[in-house]
Parts: sequence; structure tokens; C-alpha cells
Amino acid sequence: MNELLSQPRRRHYRPLGYWLKNTHIDGLLMLGLLALLTVSMVVLYSSGGEDIGLSIRQAVRMSIAFVVLFIAAQIHPDRLRDLAYWTYGLGLLLLIAVLMFGDIGKGAQRWLELGFIRFQPSEIMKIAVPLLVAAYLSERPLAPSFMRIVAALVIIVIPTVLIAKQPDLGTAILIASSGLVVIFLAGISWKLIFSFVAILAAAAPLLWFNMHPYQQRRVLTFLNPENDPLGAGYHIIQSKIAIGSGGLSGRGWLQGTQSHLEFLPERSTDFIFAVIAEEFGLIGVVLLIMLYLLITARGLIIASQAQTSFGGLLAGSLAITFLVYVFVNIGMVTGLLPVVGVPLPLVSYGGTSMVTLLAGFGILMSIHTHRRMMSP
Amino acid sequence: MAINSHLALKDHLRERRLVNARLIFAALFSVLLFTGVIIRLVVLQVVEYDHFDSLANKNRVDIEPLPPQRGLIFDRNGVVLAENMPTFSLELVPEKVPDLPGTINALTELLQIDEADLMRFDEQLKQNRAFEQVTLRYQLTEEEVARFSINRHRFPGVDVVGRLIRHYPQGELFAHAIGYVGRINQQDLLIINQQNYKGTLQIGKTGVEKQYEDLLHGTVGYRQVETNVQGRTVRELHSEPSHPGKDLYLHLDIGLQRTAVEALAGENGSVVAMDPRNGGILAMVSQPDFDPNLFVSGISTKNYSALRDSPERPLYDRTLRGHYPPGSTLKPFVALAGLELGVVTEQSRTYCPGWYSLPGHSHRYRCWKHQGHGHMNVLDAMAQSCDVYFYDLAHALGIDRMHNFLDMFSLGRKTGVDIPNESGGLLPSSEWKRNSRNQAWFPGETLIAGIGQGFNQTTPLQLAHAASILAMRGTVHTPKLVRASRNGGQENLQLMPVSEPVTLPIQSADNWQAVIDSMVEVIHGQRGTARHIGEKMPFNIAGKTGTAQVFGIAQDEKYDAETLEKKLHDHALFIAFAPANDPEFAVAVVVENGGSGSKTAAPIAQKMIERYFNLPPELTAEQLEAIASESLPTPSEVVADE
Repeated sequence: MNELLSQPRRRHYRPLGYWLKNTHIDGLLMLGLLALLTVSMVVLYSSGGEDIGLSIRQAVRMSIAFVVLFIAAQIHPDRLRDLAYWTYGLGLLLLIAVLMFGDIGKGAQRWLELGFIRFQPSEIMKIAVPLLVAAYLSERPLAPSFMRIVAALVIIVIPTVLIAKQPDLGTAILIASSGLVVIFLAGISWKLIFSFVAILAAAAPLLWFNMHPYQQRRVLTFLNPENDPLGAGYHIIQSKIAIGSGGLSGRGWLQGTQSHLEFLPERSTDFIFAVIAEEFGLIGVVLLIMLYLLITARGLIIASQAQTSFGGLLAGSLAITFLVYVFVNIGMVTGLLPVVGVPLPLVSYGGTSMVTLLAGFGILMSIHTHRRMMSP
Repeated sequence: MAINSHLALKDHLRERRLVNARLIFAALFSVLLFTGVIIRLVVLQVVEYDHFDSLANKNRVDIEPLPPQRGLIFDRNGVVLAENMPTFSLELVPEKVPDLPGTINALTELLQIDEADLMRFDEQLKQNRAFEQVTLRYQLTEEEVARFSINRHRFPGVDVVGRLIRHYPQGELFAHAIGYVGRINQQDLLIINQQNYKGTLQIGKTGVEKQYEDLLHGTVGYRQVETNVQGRTVRELHSEPSHPGKDLYLHLDIGLQRTAVEALAGENGSVVAMDPRNGGILAMVSQPDFDPNLFVSGISTKNYSALRDSPERPLYDRTLRGHYPPGSTLKPFVALAGLELGVVTEQSRTYCPGWYSLPGHSHRYRCWKHQGHGHMNVLDAMAQSCDVYFYDLAHALGIDRMHNFLDMFSLGRKTGVDIPNESGGLLPSSEWKRNSRNQAWFPGETLIAGIGQGFNQTTPLQLAHAASILAMRGTVHTPKLVRASRNGGQENLQLMPVSEPVTLPIQSADNWQAVIDSMVEVIHGQRGTARHIGEKMPFNIAGKTGTAQVFGIAQDEKYDAETLEKKLHDHALFIAFAPANDPEFAVAVVVENGGSGSKTAAPIAQKMIERYFNLPPELTAEQLEAIASESLPTPSEVVADE
């Protein structure tokens, strides 16, 4: 009896890698994302005036976003491809609904009230556009024909125009670039690329006259911030002072004067990079940029190892768009680009874009972890 | 199968090579872009570090807004009704004060800072950002300023600031019409252009101050200054001046305004006088009133609750929001409806036995004169305010025809006057009753409505406006308080844009004349209900008395027996215009619980008319002396050179 009891119970011990594979989570990518979100909590505590509430709210949103990531990672890429047209169609309907009955916040019509939740349909398009363009272009052998490129451009332009009309220039740029990246990866010829660039350069004046006065003002302010020191130019002037005064090693966590004295506007959202630069200096921001580059690099590796062209195109677009986000935000805060209102991904305070971004990373992981199961 | 053939068609390896080549290109391009970003950061944080560090630390560049000076408000004679008074206040910037509690204690010892100031300060401290100044004490005396200046070195971040604050030299006299300014609050922030209000502490809250906020406020300027560590300005780098707000000139006349207050003699009620030729409001008085200066630098809770909870409701603008049954003052308009719609003629007569019954009903609706007026035509019925004549007329018109006709005179709806918070009132119709109460209209209610009782609710402004329309025989000018504006420092006035007057679709000039004649009879006729006020007038006045029943008091209000009795008295009303055939002046008077329109309200209108036309008032010798010593300005247009 005693012998029976003392006999060890037979159990299945499985290596960690097995569990990771079955959860469809990519460990390296996950590590990078968690590191980034830790940075976010630490910086938000400082930028929010040492209010732990802000970091906690961000943590709650992160948890929700990670649930979404986990769910997205379980969906087989082929199912996603089947859903591409439906998602895009739904997104378009919602965008039109927003223009017709949307809520107006901060002077723009971006939100849709669904009774229980306020919701920004342009977020769906951040996934739906690259998804559909990748699905469409991978239907036929790559590189795509001229007509298919034109069709893909139409897919991209419609939501971009609708979102720019809201008006939300930052998101419109991101969505357009996510689709264009797919076309680029699909192997569009260099000759065509240069022709498009030439046409765009010629069309720039046209675009200018179709901009909202506030958008024109932002561009003008970017060219000469001192024009409007009480208004829009104030952002850039203060942000440059904050970044510059950080120096090589920064003033130290919680020691940033510009952000704590509230010289710096929107310091928990769009201008959080300036807080990091002030408190952690050049060393801190270069490390942060490295982290972003590493996460993107992992995404690009996943793209290059993808089983199908569809997976490769989609993964590549999601990874590169993530980096475009970072570039547009940092460019804006350092005065390289106009102020278009794009948050620093996964670090800025705010829930909506975080959910979409992590859903995108979920799709990346799904593309990577579902590889062998579909091998013939 | 489909998938396999699909895959087979494509050269998988070639595609992968193509995509991977592009991925590598994208990766290299990204690295290039971010190298650019890092170079930019090196420039900002290493190369130009000293520059930005000094900007951030040693000499902070501050952008100080220069708030514009608020426009003044004058009456029609150029008497100042709202001005800006320089005062000194003690302000501190929290982020620049090293030891906040210690500083406040030391300041309390040095200057008189009481509990109320401290409470207000704490409240503001919570709302403001650390770099925005918070006021600790308003209105320092010169001695206190001197005492602080000597000790200023002990208090970094604290300063005496000279500011202009709004002052109303006439005090209560214009409280309701002009309104007041107050501190900008959360709701205000939502509607204003916040950029333009940088540095401005006050905003129009009611009356003309609110309605004309855009004109009065002006445009903000700014200056870029270098400040030292304590936040004191070292030198000015650049400045853009502010543009002051526009001065406003009103139609209101201070003399008429005073006359109205004196004539009301402490009774609750209101007087509205207008120039019917242009809709300009000459007097607008609601009694009781309050001192608007209390609100300017933040009213204390005690003062505010005293005003708010007073049973006399001084904050309530009766001219705009007081709902009173018009009573018999509605009769001229009902008579006009009867004539115009052909229900009666000037000659047609109705017999008044002292009561009226609907055909087939036995209920008797009483005339105010129980023994009856006998045979009445429209002239007699108006002069003696015969109710039976108007019961019969209203019955013949029917409620909906009456409603549609009276509605043209803006009775029971907003007149569109140029100050906010006007309230509509009610002109009943069968449709209204069906929609709001889901009840059918009873014929008996038509009779009551015909003598201005029952559901009818009008404001004193509406009565004055309707009297003006009657005076002008159908030409409608929207009531206006503001006549003109003037850019600060400039001489010429710019008249406010006025909308084109509307003419009512009433064809027969005879009908207008008949009604106006009957109103003249009220004052100059042998049996007119207000004949006592017309005796010494050099011209004819057209008017109508009214007495409105007070049905009861609300259940939640409590009065002692004596007050209760007073509150159950009828409201006294009177409308008039003069001269009857070339009108320059229209007036409406409502005295709450004043009893009889002829005894209480009509004499007030008489004083207003006498004042306007500079007629010698019938006063005792002492009263005459008192008035003479006051030497009121006469109503005349503003002279440009003042």
C-alpha cells in the first residue's frame, strides 16, 4: 500500500516550447512588446504628474489588448484571407456611417456610438486594408500586372479619402502607407514606383488646396513654428526645448522640468517621446529606437519565412507600418515632420490604437506559428 | 485540389525571392530613415544642448498673453453703465513658490487675508495648472500694496498685479438688462476660443455683457519674454499688442430707468419702455434687483445664497422671464382681430347684463361690473373694459382664429430681443391643449382667453413689444437694447445692423384707427378706466388697463399670513403709447399683486410718459426740489465729442 502511494505519478512533462507553439505566441516578439509596454508604464507615471492611476489604466487597456492579440494569433491565416473582403466592406460601411452620424470629438468626426461602446471605425481599416490588398495581390502570381496594381490602389484610396475627410490626417497616412507597402513588397517595378512619385509631386499643389484650413495651418506652422507661438507652433517649440535639454544622459526619471512644469502639451499622448528624451537623454531614446527596430526586424523575419505569399505580404506590411508609426511620431515631435497627430505606438496613453496594433502582432504570430501545419 | 493547382501555377520560390528582396530593401531603407532620426536627435541633444538647456533652465522663454481691455457700455446719453476699474490683487504662481503653506501663513500675517479668500484660493489652486497665477486677495488697498512691496523679497513667486476689473457705477439700476461678468468657468471654456481668452479672467454671464461678448472682449495680444529662475521678467523679446473690445451704446435712458424704479416704489414688478419707431428699448426695469458688482470678482457663497433664496427672487429678470396673464391689456388685440376678421364692426353692439352665458349652457361668466354695462360698442367696451363684450367677441372668433391673430403680435412667444434667456410664455390654442395636455378645448376656455386670463402667459417685454406694434399700426421692429458700437479710441459710432421691419398683413387702416381711438377713450373718455392719468396731458395717450387674477401660490412656498394675503392680490397691468396718433413712446407696466391696473399700474406709466416728454410732474414742492438737485440728464442722442 505504502509502496503504491509513494510511487511517483506518471505525468506528461512537455517542454516550454511545446506550450508556446500551441498557444501560437511568438516568444521573441512577445518579449519585445512587453519591454515596450513596460517603458510605457514607467514614462506615463512621470508624464502624468506621478499619478499611478494613469499607468494602471494603461495596464488595464494593455491586458485587454493582449487578449485580442491572443485571439488573433489563434486564427489561421487562411481564415483571415477568406474574411478579407468582408472585413473591408464592413469597415467601409462603418466609415460612411461615421461621416453621417458620427460623434464629434476634438473638432473631428471619428467616433461611432454603439450604445455600449465608443468606437473608431478607422481602426478596423488599419488591418483591413493591408489584409485585402495582400489577399487580392496574392490571388495571382507576383509581381502583379499594371491593372491589378491600379485595382489595389483603388482599394487603398477609398478608405484613405474617407478618413482624411473626418478629418484625421495621421490615420489616413498610416492606412495609405500600410496598403502601399503591400504593393511595394509584391514586387511592383521600380519604373512604376518612380512614375507614381513623379505624379504625386505634380499633384501636391492640388492636395494642398483640398486640405482643411487647420491642416494647412499645421503644415505652415511646421515650416515656420514662430508664426503662431500662442497656438500650434507652441507644441513644436516646447517639444524641441524638452528634447534638447535632455542632453546625452537625460535629467533622470521624474526630473524632467519641461514636462513636469507643464510647458509640454499633450505630454502623455502624442508628445510622450519628448518626455522620454528629456528624462532619459540621447542614450534612452536611441535604446528605445533600437527596441522598435528589433521588434520590426522580428516582424520582417516572420514575413520572410512565411509559408505563402499572402502571409509574407501581410506580415511585411504590418511590421513596416508599425515602424512608419514610430517614424511619423518621432519625426513630428523632433520637428522633422508636420504635426499630424499620430501617437507613439504602444507607449502613448490611449487604448484604441493599442488594441489594433496588438491585433496586428497577433496576426504576425499566427502567420508564423501556423506554418508547418499547412505544409503539404 | 484547387489549392494545389493554384500553388502549382505560381513559381513559389521565385515569388519568395522577390518578396524577400523587397523586405531586405525595406529594412535597409528603415535603418537609413532612423539613422536620420538619430542624427536629428544628436543635433538637438548634443550639438545644440547648451542652447536648449539654457532655454529650459536659466532663462525660460515665456509667452505672456496681453489680455485686451473690455469695451465700455454707455446709455443713450453717454452715461457710463459698465467700465473697467484698476485694482491691485495679490497673485502667486504655485510652481515658483518654494514653500506654499509657509508663504501663505506669512502673507496672512502681513496682509489681511480672511477665510473666504483662502477657501476661494484653495479651490482655484486645484483647478489651475502649476504655472498659472492664482489670486490670493482682490482689491488691495494702497497701504497693503506698500506693505507688500517692502517685503517682496521674502516671497518669490508672489506679486502684486494691477488689473482692470469690471465695475458697474450705476449699481442695481441696470442689473438685469446689462447683466454682469464673472469668472470663466468650465462651461464657458467649451464655447470660447480659448486662445483669445488667454490672460482674461472674466466673461459676460448675463444680459448685454453675455450677448455681446464677442464685441466687448476684443483680441488678445502677446509678448515673448525672458524670465529668470523666479519667474520674473528679465527682458521683452517681442510683442504683439492686443486690440480692445468695442464700446456699446444702448437705447436705454438712465433717467427713464430711475423714474421706473422710483415709480414702482418698492413693489415687485417690471416696467418696459420702447421707442415704437425702431424697437429700441428705453427702459427695462425688473424689481427687486441686485448689485451686479457683487458677481465681478466672485460672489461669496453667503451673498449668493441670500440672493438665490430670497422669496422676492431678485435675480429673476421679470421683464424677460416673468409670466403674467395679460388680463384686459389683451383686449385691444382681440378687438382688432374681431374688426379685421369681420366678426364685429365699429357700430355693432352687445348688451351687457353683468354676465354672459354660452348658448345652451347655464353657467354665468361674470363681468367685473356685476350690475352690467348695458349696450356696448367697441369704443365703450374698451373704455370701460367690459368683459361681456369680449366674451361674446371671443366666442364668435373661436380660440384658433384668435390664437393665429394674436400670435402675429409675438404674444406668448419670444420677441427676439438681443439679450439671452428670454422666455416664451403661452398663447393658448386648441392644438396646444391637445398636444401638451391631451385634452379637448372647451368653449368656456375661449371666453376666459378672450379677456387675457386662463392659460395666457406673457412677459412684460412682450406686452411692450405688442403695444409698439399697435402704435405703429402693424410695423414690427424687433426689440433692441444695443443701438451702436464704437471702436476703442475712435470717434464715430457704428449703428448696429437692424433687420428690416415686418408689416403685419392687416389691410384696413380704419380698423387700426378704431382700436387706437378706443384706447384713447380709456384715458381721455368720460368713463375711461384710466381717465385720472390723462387729465393734464398736452396730447392724447392710448392705453389699456389690466388686472390679472392670481390663482394661488405654489404649494412648496411658505409665507406668513400677512405676506400670504398680499401674494393673493391681483397683478396690476397697463400698456400705453403716446402720442396716440404719432407715437414715440410705448410702455408696459406690471406690478405684482398691485391690485388694480388703473390705480397702481397706470400712474407708473404716466410718470414714464411725463419723464420721456419732459412734462412737469405733479409733485409736492419738496419732491420737486429733490429732483432738481439730482439734475438728471435729459434723453438725447449721444454727442460724438464726449
